[in-house]
Order: sequence, then C-alpha cells, then structure tokens
Amino acid sequence: MKNTYSRRSFIKVSAISGGGMMLGFNWFVKAKPAEILSKGNDIPPEWVEMNGYIKITGDNVIKIMAPNPEFGQNVKTSLPMIVAEELDADWKSVVVEQASYDTSLFVRQMAGGSQSVRTTWKPLRTAGASARQMLREAAAQVWNVPVEEVTTKTGVLYHEKSGKSAKYGELASKAAAIPIPKDVQLKGVKEFKIVRHSQKNVDGLNIVTGKPLFGLDYRKEGMLIAMIQHPPAFGLKLKSYDAKEALGMPGIKDVFTIKLFEEGEEMAAFDTRTFNDAVVVLGKTTWEVMNARKKLKIEWEPASETKETVVAWGQKRENVIPAGLESTESHYSKMQEMAQKPAKQLRKDGDPEAAFQNAARIIERTYTAPFLAHNTMEPMNCFAHVTDTEALLVAPLQAPEFAEKTLAKRLGLPVEKIDIQMTRMGGGFGRRAYGHYLVEAALISRKAKVPVKLIYTREDDMTYGIYRPTYTVTYRAALDANKNLIGFHVKGGGIPEHAVHANRFPAGAIDNYLAEGWEIPSNITIGAFRAPRSNFIAGAEQSFLDELAEAMGKDPIEFRLELLKRAKENPVGANNDYDADRYAGVLNLVKEKSGWGSPEKRDLHRGVAAYFCHNSYAAHVIDMKMQDGQPVVQNVYSAMDCGIVVNPDAASNMVEGAVIDGIGNALYGVLTLKDGVPEQSNFNTYRIIRHHEIPKHIEVHFVENDIDPTGLGEPPFPPVFGALANALYRATGKRYYRQPFSKELSETQGG
Amino acid sequence: MAKFNLKINGKIHRVDVDPSTPMLWVLRDHLDLQGTKYGCGMALCGACTVHLNGTAMRSCVLPVSAAENQEITTIEGLSPNGDHPVQQAWLEHDVAQCGYCQSGQIMSAVSLLKNNPNPSDEDIEAFMSGNICRCGTYSRIKAAIKTAAKQ
Repeated sequence: MKNTYSRRSFIKVSAISGGGMMLGFNWFVKAKPAEILSKGNDIPPEWVEMNGYIKITGDNVIKIMAPNPEFGQNVKTSLPMIVAEELDADWKSVVVEQASYDTSLFVRQMAGGSQSVRTTWKPLRTAGASARQMLREAAAQVWNVPVEEVTTKTGVLYHEKSGKSAKYGELASKAAAIPIPKDVQLKGVKEFKIVRHSQKNVDGLNIVTGKPLFGLDYRKEGMLIAMIQHPPAFGLKLKSYDAKEALGMPGIKDVFTIKLFEEGEEMAAFDTRTFNDAVVVLGKTTWEVMNARKKLKIEWEPASETKETVVAWGQKRENVIPAGLESTESHYSKMQEMAQKPAKQLRKDGDPEAAFQNAARIIERTYTAPFLAHNTMEPMNCFAHVTDTEALLVAPLQAPEFAEKTLAKRLGLPVEKIDIQMTRMGGGFGRRAYGHYLVEAALISRKAKVPVKLIYTREDDMTYGIYRPTYTVTYRAALDANKNLIGFHVKGGGIPEHAVHANRFPAGAIDNYLAEGWEIPSNITIGAFRAPRSNFIAGAEQSFLDELAEAMGKDPIEFRLELLKRAKENPVGANNDYDADRYAGVLNLVKEKSGWGSPEKRDLHRGVAAYFCHNSYAAHVIDMKMQDGQPVVQNVYSAMDCGIVVNPDAASNMVEGAVIDGIGNALYGVLTLKDGVPEQSNFNTYRIIRHHEIPKHIEVHFVENDIDPTGLGEPPFPPVFGALANALYRATGKRYYRQPFSKELSETQGG
Repeated sequence: MAKFNLKINGKIHRVDVDPSTPMLWVLRDHLDLQGTKYGCGMALCGACTVHLNGTAMRSCVLPVSAAENQEITTIEGLSPNGDHPVQQAWLEHDVAQCGYCQSGQIMSAVSLLKNNPNPSDEDIEAFMSGNICRCGTYSRIKAAIKTAAKQ
C-alpha cells in the first residue's frame, strides 16, 4: 500500500504523563502506514504512522529522536539540528535519542545514496515549526494575548509588552491540547541560528571514551560466538567437511553447515549469494572459534553455473552466474575483447559517426580500474537470537528494510516478529546495504537454538566479495582542423556492470554525442561502493577532458566552463542530468580559492577535476610533487555545492575524508584474483592510505546559496581520482590510465 | 587453559584462558571492555591499541601470557569522564566520523605525546602511521594531537 504525503497524517500531538508534550511526525516525505505498533518505544499507539518525535517535558528537557543509521555521515547530529532550528530550541539543552529500530515503523530508515538530509529537510522543518507554533498558541491563551505578539528565543516564549516569559517545558502540556496548525511559517534561511552553524557530534564523548556503540560491541548473556568458513575461491562450493578435530578444541560447541538461500529461491534487492553454503563453527569465545576453524578439513568443488531470480524495484530478472575460477588477468583481456564489439546504445545526439569520419584528429583513450574491497574498519558481524516464534537481530547495517523482508521469508516468520536493531556502524561505504550476514547469523541461531554473534575476521570480510566492480571505458573525441570539438563518444564496460551515465556532462554540450555500454557476467559478487559507478567514471572522464583541453590548447577549467556555457545556453538533447550553472559554480569557486592560473610554485604541480552525482556538485584542485619517486600531495582545494550546509564543520570533515579516501583508492586500492582466490586478505597486502600519505593541507569551500540541501557523503569522492590523475600528469609528464596509479607510477619511475 | 592475573586500568582481574589468547579478546570477550576494537588481528591497523606499561601496543598480537602482572591501560582507563587532554582535543576538533578506529588512534596519540610532548608533523605521521582510519579523519587527528601537545 502506498500513501502519499499528506498534512493530516503528517503530525500528531499528545500530552505526556508527568507534564509536557510530544509531537509525532514523519521524517520522510513519502510515508507508509505502519503495520504494527512500535516495541519498547513510548510513542502512543494511535501514532503508528509517525516515525519521529519531539518530546518536551515539564522540566524543559527537549528530546529529538534520530531514526537514521549512523556510519560517520553525522546524521544523528545534523537531522535533529534541523528540527531544533525551527523549534527555536536551545541546542545545548537538546537531547538526541536514537530511535528504536523498527523497519515497519520507520520508512527509509537507511543510509545510502546521500539522501538522509535531502529527504528529511522539509518534514523535519515543518515538524519543528509546528511544535513552536503550538507553544506560541498555548502561551497566547494562558497569557491572554494575541498569538502574533508571542515570540520565541532559544527555548523560551516571550510576550514583550507584558514582560511575560516561560520556558517551553512550562507550557508544553498546554500546547499538547492545541490543534495542530494547518500551515506553519518556516523560518527564512537567513534567520537560522543552529543550522548553518557548526555543532559537535552528539556521540563525540561516547566515541572518545570507547563506549560500546558498534555492532561488534553488542553482547548478550549466554550468547555463543560463530564464524563461518566460506570457500577460498569464487566459483567453488562446499563438497564435504570433517570437523572431528575442530570439535575437540576447547570451547567449541558445534560445527554445522548453513545454506543462505534454498535453490531457486527468489532474491530481493540487496540480497547476495556469494557463497551459498558455509561451514559454521560455534563456540564460547572468539579466540577459541578462530583456532578451531583452522582445524576444519574441508573439501571444495567447482560450482556449476547458477541461475538467480531477483525481484527488485518491481522488476523480475534472471541472472546467470557463470561457473569457473576467474582471474584478474583474464578479466582484463576479456574486457579488451568486449570493448571492440558492438555495445548497447545508451544515448545518441546528432551524427557522431559523421563527426568522427570528418575529424581532422581523433583522440582515443582507455581507462581501467580494479575491484575494490570496502574494508570498513569494523568487519561484518551480527548478533541473532532466533526462536520458533520471533527473531532479534542486532547489527551494523545500512538498509534494514531490505534485510527484514529476506529474513522473514528465509525464517518463515512474519515481519512483525522480526526485530532488527541497528547499531552505530564502524564504516559502511555501501558494504552494509547487503544484509547477507544477518541472514547467516539468523540461520545459525535458529539451528543452534541459542543467541549467537557472527563475526567475520578481516580475512573473511575482505575475501567475501560485494566488491566495487572492475571497470573500463574508452573515450573518443573528434576535433576539426581548427581544434574544435565536433564529436564525443563514450563506451564503457565492466564486470559485471558498466559505469556510463549517459546523460551526464559533457552530454548536452556537444552536438554529436554517443554513449554505449556493455557488461560481462561474473561470479565475483559486487555491490555499491561510495558513489557507485561515479567513483570510476568521474576519474576517467575528467582525465580525458584534461587531455582534450591540452590537445585543444585550452586551460582545463576554461574548457569545462565553455562546455557548460554551451550546455546552458543551447543544450543538446533532452534529459541532461545536471545544472550547468551549479556545475560551473564549483569550478569557479575552486578556481578562485586555489589561485588557479596564478604562477604555481615551481615544485608543485596541479590538477583539477569536477563532477556531479547524488544531487551535489564537487570540484577539486590538487597540488602535488614527486619526492623520491613517491607522490606527495601538498594542497587540496575543494569546492562543493550541496545547497544549504546544515552542519558546516562536520560537512568539511566529510569532504576532507572523501578527499583522503579518494587519493588512497586512486593510488593504492586494488583487489586482484587468481583462479578465483582474492590475492589480498588483510592490510599487509591491501594497501589503505595512512597518516603519512595524506595531503598536507585540505581546504574545503562551499558555494553559499539558499537551495534546499542535497547529499554530501558521496559527491566529493569521485572527482578526486581525476584531479589526482591530472596532477600526476603534470608532475611526471605521463598520463595515468590504469588504477591504482601507484602501480603505473612505480613502472614509470623504474621502482 | 591457565589462570592469569591481569592489571587493567589499575584493577586486578583474574582470567582463566588459553595462554596464547590475545589481550584483545581477553578484554572484549572475558572482561567486557569493548572500547578496544578488532580490525585486523595482525597488528596492521592499530584499532586494538592499548598501553602496556605506558607504551602503545597492539593488543591483537599480545598474548595474555606476556601481559601478566604488567600495567595495561585501555581507552576505558584513560580518564574517568573523557577529560584526558587528548580526548578533549579530539572533541574540540570533532575528529570522529564513524568513530570505530578512534579508541586506537587516541591510545597511540597518548603514547606518542608521553614520549614526545612536542611532536613535529613528521613525528606524528611516523608514529601514527600504524593506525588506519577508513573515513579519512587523519588531518583532524593530526590537528588534535597538536592541540593536546599544547596542554
């Protein structure tokens, strides 16, 4: 059942026992009615469709509930800030409560797609403003004055003429009886006192004192530790195992197998079945289970081709998962082969074939990037207690909505009997949208009939798959005799998906344009990774534009601005998926802040890149030098346009992190395979950027505008790859086409 | 299995575990001190950093048998209320994103400052390079260490 946004069901109010008011509201614009009452939550039963609340107690404690999962994007702070702003509360006295985690109660209680602030901005403001309006009405009644004369300031109501004042808490019970206002006046953005002003992370103290906030920290009396042994290679499956020795090890309770999905079972969005059969070791403590698992004697055998039926977003599709042991080397040669074949046309403007036929010069470049592992610092884990009648799961995860449906089906329990509690996540980056570890933990608990905590070791985590796909793309540009750009062709592919966004820049700026894509199926499982697809294509596209600008004798920023001007004034085609003004805005801002065009310091080399994805715009300028054959990034200037910045310092932190993450992945990130076996399994072989490798100086600037906020977790990440490649070119005189760049660098430097 | 006397955060604990058990799992599984984090199990990421007699040590590779009767400090024992200057500096710079690695980062930073109260950028980079942060909060960590050094 689908409900659209309606004012009537949007806000509800009630008095609370002991004095005070509670205003319930929906955090999300598209709300669905809840199927059940919340558990362990003090939301009144008639509020089942509400998924957020503001509570003002008689003693003036203001609580705001934060329902979204937190993995470092700081929504637990920024979303309540939005409510507090319109409520005109004193931020210092606001207590943020983590909501009880109930996917039947909370809609879009997920982290992903840089959507949290964007989708909650209006509802949160309206809710805060409604509560404030009701408090003012209550004051007007009690003081017997016109409501227009009642003002508020940081949690206090005032009537200037009579000199009366009252804290919100004093009038909260009275306000609970006021009818919910039909229309409320939202603040002008210029009046903001909390939003747009940096506020500290509400969990800061808990983090620096080591409080048990994360999934791995969750414990319950009587729980056992579980680990699973998955096949050592993609393309293998369990044949048989001998657990005699493992079972004899101290602390070990049981060894058995689980099957993630039954054969032929329909799968849903975010369901994955990398390794369907796994051997489980169950014991008292983590160390005992780790040691016993090493004593398992397991025989693996080649898996045959598998058919998967996936029903996602209302569409049913059949996936054929090929058999075989795949290697990186053969992946790259297969991709080269496929790149020569005809591909699926994604967009065509004008007559690109003619443009290329008539070209005075054609520039063609091919870019590649490897699989990447997310490597969240906290490996996958899940607590599960499943009985015949209900299931409790406690885990760090991004998208409980998806996991819950699969669990219900897999356990044969109604969704209302499945309670998923989300902990703080030790990183996500997309990885924790895939809830296979919840299903595994649930199956283990059901079989063992005890509460269990499933723990992945780093090695389990890194070799499990759900990787960022491996990609390639070939760009071609046609120039006429006067070096004018007359044709553009992008043809991308990958395993198992391509990364081409056909309607993104420079589509719309070039008369003759062609975008194509192709894909190669694989048994290596993949998943969303911070800014999916953009995280590859942005770097490739921005490197190519840089090279193109050089060939055309143009400044790289001016060249992009010219294209954007064309796209704005006389756009080619329809559906161009960007706003040329805002795109140009970040380029102009980064140009100004980096002092672009002013004489560069002699030992520094700079590169620029910009990109639009997830509704926000980002541009970076990177200054670097080579020192002993190693790249040293000196300065990074970042310009962002994500509309109104809710929490500026935290937003800068996120962009700084994206810059570092981008440089790290561009230089070092790589997951390779040999005969189906991942060749990296821990941080000794998988290189993550470290303290001494980060830029010396990162400067983050935001375009100041009053546009409703969009996302920030993903957009700054993709263009970092391009800015770095372009800076590397100026530092070394060589273009970098294959990630990770450190490998190409060492080849160049003879190291 | 063997019995060990452990002095953790100033208190004596007795545990009965296999002598090879890393301190990390003794802390987490036996003593319910969850502030020390698991990240790699091979002393590669620093998430599990504790102090052994005041010096930073990766507890994931420190067998309990080697820790007996020595002073162990974990993040929980650094200060009663988070008022250690390093923790305060972390709050001032609002360092954390996901926060998972920060116990280990803080324990390393405290150890660094103990031996080198006024570290240069290079000192900080060299000492802290064993602590990974996937969110990329490194520049704030460095700034926080400098702030703490001034205290």
